[in-house]
Amino acid sequence: MVAALGILLLLIGYGLGLAFGNGIVGLVIALVIWAIMNLIAYFQGDSILLSMSRAIKISPDDHPRLYNVVEEMKIASGLPKMPDVYIIDDPALNAFATGRDPNKASVAITSGLLEKLNRDELEGVIGHEVSHIKNRDVLLMAICSVLLGTIVILAWYGSRALIFSGGGSRRSSKGGGQGQLIILAVAIILMILAPIIAQLIYFAISRKREYLADASSALYTRYPDGLASALEKLGASTGQLKSANQATAPMYIVNPFRKQGRAAADLTSTHPPISERIRILHAMAGGASYADYDKAYQQVHKGGAGVMPAAALAGAGAVGLRAAAPEATLKEPEPSRVERTREVGDLLWQKSGYKIIDCECGTRLKVPSNIGRATVKCPHCGRTHNI
Amino acid sequence: MAVWAWVIIGIVVVLLFYFVFIFNGLVRLRNQVKNAWAQIDVQLKRRHDLIPNLVQTVQGYMQYERATLEAVTKARNVAQQAVGQGVGAQAKAEGELSGALTRLLAVVERYPDLKANQNFLALQEQLTSTENKISFSRQFYNDSVLNYNNKTQMFPSNIVAGMTGFKQGEFFEVKEAEEREVPKVSFEQPKT
Repeated sequence: MVAALGILLLLIGYGLGLAFGNGIVGLVIALVIWAIMNLIAYFQGDSILLSMSRAIKISPDDHPRLYNVVEEMKIASGLPKMPDVYIIDDPALNAFATGRDPNKASVAITSGLLEKLNRDELEGVIGHEVSHIKNRDVLLMAICSVLLGTIVILAWYGSRALIFSGGGSRRSSKGGGQGQLIILAVAIILMILAPIIAQLIYFAISRKREYLADASSALYTRYPDGLASALEKLGASTGQLKSANQATAPMYIVNPFRKQGRAAADLTSTHPPISERIRILHAMAGGASYADYDKAYQQVHKGGAGVMPAAALAGAGAVGLRAAAPEATLKEPEPSRVERTREVGDLLWQKSGYKIIDCECGTRLKVPSNIGRATVKCPHCGRTHNI
Repeated sequence: MAVWAWVIIGIVVVLLFYFVFIFNGLVRLRNQVKNAWAQIDVQLKRRHDLIPNLVQTVQGYMQYERATLEAVTKARNVAQQAVGQGVGAQAKAEGELSGALTRLLAVVERYPDLKANQNFLALQEQLTSTENKISFSRQFYNDSVLNYNNKTQMFPSNIVAGMTGFKQGEFFEVKEAEEREVPKVSFEQPKT
């Protein structure tokens, strides 16, 4: 499908070129524009995305549970280097991964989601994000979106140019007036249709990679029900993620725009519908390999083609699922919702520059850095504390 | 020279390139297997390092569980010494350590003060995570061995493997009988 996008780009370039007299020149110009945009996206993509989402980087001590889960998934997936871990201060439930290269990757999760998930679910979500990095989905989607962008730009400028120049007939054209007109007509049709077709292909690619990421997460954790349960929680929430936009949507775990009246089977959605993803994961009773995911997918869709790329299915051995509860005797007493929320909240206060003072009565005072006083009184017991 | 001679030379060159390509792939997979094996050792060592800390934190609260604590410390020392004494000995020692830890953590359930202690909670998170990392690195090692074995056995790379001496990898199967034992927790009241 990526090849289809590429061919579309080449076609437009050539078509534009033809309309102006020289097909090959048009092709070359299209490729040059594409190369330049690729370079920009390649070098600046990560930092732009992270700063747009106001993500805060955390160290291992800030949030041991999250950091440990990311490290566990890094081991299970075989990533060469530990990705940077970020928390986004937003009550909406979402997570994303970015990184053109497995050696230089980042994983981000919203504070809202971090508070709501237990360890198994968190593992499923992080496994999904890490697999985006491992399968180079970030790079792939960046290339595709640049392809798409270039096609759109060319189509837009091309159509303007064609309309306003009145179909520039050159004296050096070989065919007669008829030939010219036909080429012009084809070029115009291509200008109009290509962006639409390109968009559809782009969304189809994005959806396919999402299935692959779900399957990879099940493979790494050996526990598809973890991710399924997390997706259920995600599906039930309606909060809109403040900092997402069309360009960054594919990188999130669920479509940040899912509440904006988009139909479940919408061809213009970057993610498959959540209910379907949950059903597929729950149907994986036979094992945790890619082949099992494919089987589950075909089961949910009642026959038809599978969705896993051939490369993933080749040589896939049988992979057993792990038991429902992790070894019960070594299971940590799962910190309660309240504790988790408090944990994440305190971390965010700290990272925003607030000082945290523990009073003997049990209250945690959060003092802003610009308070201007040297002491502060606890509102519950009245004890004075030095800042 | 005649055309067919060039064609044959061309085919030979292509085959050579393909051979090298497969050979490199096999090397990469074998190195991944070795690396994955080393990763398991890293995680096991991490667990060894956590245990003294755990025992110290727990000691203050659990005066009546001396036997359990000593068992954990002893198992840890045995496991440390088993490093480098071969897979079999190491696997057995690690299995026993896992068993001892399991029993200790089962006993902790009876001490609510301990369970609420911040230090202990942080330690427990580290322990749980290290156990997970050990099992994930084992999992990754086995997955790597699977990929490597597939490559050495499937056609056409098995020809290259046979010619250049790539052998099968071994799966890491640990029979942790200790872990599967149900820990016997006695509910006698400690004598005050």
